[in-house]
Amino acid sequence: MEKRELTCIGCPMGCTLEVRIEEDGGIEVAGNTCGRGDSYARKEILSPARIVTTTVRIDGAAEKVLSVKTQKEIPKDKIFACSAALKKVQVKAPVYAGDVLVENIADTGVDIIATKTVLE
Amino acid sequence: MRACDIVIIGGGPAGLAAAVSARKQGIEDILILERDRELGGILNQCIHNGFGLHTFQEELTGPEYAARFIRQVDELHIEYKLNTMVMDISPEREVTAMNREDGIFTVKANSVVLAMGCRERPRGALNIPGYRPAGIYSAGTAQRLVNIEGCLPGREVVILGSGDIGLIMARRMTLEGAKVKVVSELMPYSGGLKRNIVQCLQDYDIPLKLSCTVVDIRGKERVEGVVLAQVDEKGKPVPGTEKEYRCDTLLLSVGLIPENELSREMGAAIHEVTCGPKVDESLETSVEGVFACGNVLHVHDLVDFVSEEAAAAGRHAAEYIHRLKRTKERPARGKTVPIEAGSGVRYTVPCSVCPARVEDKLIIRFRVDQVYTDCYVSVYFDDERILQKRRLAAAPGEMEEVRLTRKQLREAPGLGRITIKIEER
Ligand SMILES: Cc1cc2nc3c(=O)[nH]c(=O)nc-3n(C[C@H](O)[C@H](O)[C@H](O)COP(=O)(O)OP(=O)(O)OC[C@H]3O[C@@H](n4cnc5c(N)ncnc54)[C@H](O)[C@@H]3O)c2cc1C
Ligand code: SF4
Repeated sequence: MEKRELTCIGCPMGCTLEVRIEEDGGIEVAGNTCGRGDSYARKEILSPARIVTTTVRIDGAAEKVLSVKTQKEIPKDKIFACSAALKKVQVKAPVYAGDVLVENIADTGVDIIATKTVLE
Repeated sequence: MRACDIVIIGGGPAGLAAAVSARKQGIEDILILERDRELGGILNQCIHNGFGLHTFQEELTGPEYAARFIRQVDELHIEYKLNTMVMDISPEREVTAMNREDGIFTVKANSVVLAMGCRERPRGALNIPGYRPAGIYSAGTAQRLVNIEGCLPGREVVILGSGDIGLIMARRMTLEGAKVKVVSELMPYSGGLKRNIVQCLQDYDIPLKLSCTVVDIRGKERVEGVVLAQVDEKGKPVPGTEKEYRCDTLLLSVGLIPENELSREMGAAIHEVTCGPKVDESLETSVEGVFACGNVLHVHDLVDFVSEEAAAAGRHAAEYIHRLKRTKERPARGKTVPIEAGSGVRYTVPCSVCPARVEDKLIIRFRVDQVYTDCYVSVYFDDERILQKRRLAAAPGEMEEVRLTRKQLREAPGLGRITIKIEER
């Protein structure tokens, strides 16, 4: 059995959640004040994922960098692989918000899209 | 001199939403003045997501959220001038501004909406001993450097202050390859959103030290390290608790102040707690026909509330113009009731209400003065409690609100004062 402590982000209460993970994969959550805390803890334990927002270099524009994000959440442990891969990316203006800049970043199956329109 | 129905000072989310809403109320002649080279305000450098959950039910990044409003401004053909700095607003609402093409020019406005946002508290206000080496930045400046200029201000970082900008920058610098050693907060609680503490610090194992401050900055030319110490209940460093962290960069995230030089010079009454103008239920300042919204009024943590408040300001400015055109003068205000911040409440916006002018509801926004668990937010009409709302938690970092209906206000004819209080259970 493993124990983990999490902070629920569902509301300003910020309940401290005590999570017990049994050998058979069963999960028990304590410390939550409402049901949202329970589902939050389960998701955080089973498949923690985040949207990553960062920048890539852009050529031919007033700005030096362009803001981008992963189109969907990616697994938390892929965040650094994703940002490292993006260090090597350079795009050229014009770019429109929503344009796909990199497909399947760091083998997550998720694309990187521009979050801003930058014209030449 | 050019005349204009509504001049909006600032093209951030507040200015944009005010313009869109005034146009939808039938005002043709609107002009937005923005000193930056693009619309969108601070959102352009806030590339993280988490904007718009309330307004659009999805999580947008700052630039994406701004783009939705900029598109509306374009579609509604609202005029704006970029690279244009407003220098003065007279009590008669003559707006003087400057840019390269027009030089110095003045616009006579029938109504003005203040939407200048806020700026960061400078380091000077902090009183940190030591030399003034290079490598000390405000968190917002660092955010601009990384997200717009594309350069990393340092490799080993200590962050002072755990407001949202500090937390967001801790993650941002980490993703860019810097090592964030610690975030130090003077108060016994963080001023930032829970979500940011988890997703910006805990996700990256960045320690958060509460009740802790910088007592020394090492290095003459460039920052070489900082010394942190625990503070007692009075905020005084406790001797013997000092710990040195080696770093080349110190980021300060020690709060925002509404940018109100223009409002003050115009003669608007300023609220001593918010540092923004005092406004009534219509978000009108003490100067007739001048309205305020967004961070210039009080510092917001969520842009959704900025947009909502600004839309109301735009609507009220439009009403003001319509009335002015119909009657050629402003009807008398009618009775005004003060709204007071009672125990546990730092301030309220608005701070007065004219019940006859309330639309269908009155939203009163406020901040509590410390962390509360399981308390009541109570509203008193004079000495009678008319509303009590249970809150499982309230913290200074998260803005609170109560809503009163027009009916409630109309049914209290002899009302002398409204008080918002926190009452423990
Ligand atoms: C770093 C940071 C992170 C944030 N993170 C989040 C988040 O995750 N989620 C969320 O919902 N909210 C977030 N917020 C809050 C939200 O973005 C702000 O509350 C909102 O942008 C404020 O809008 P505003 O229009 O009042 O001010 P601003 O965006 O600051 O716009 C004011 C504009 O006025 C212009 N201006 C000022 N003075 C003059 C003048 N004299 N002449 C002409 N123009 C002038 C400025 O150039 C600027 O463009 C964050 C805020 C900051 C600062
Ligand atoms: S468990 Fe419920 S009450 Fe507690 S922080 Fe999460 S959402 Fe809020």
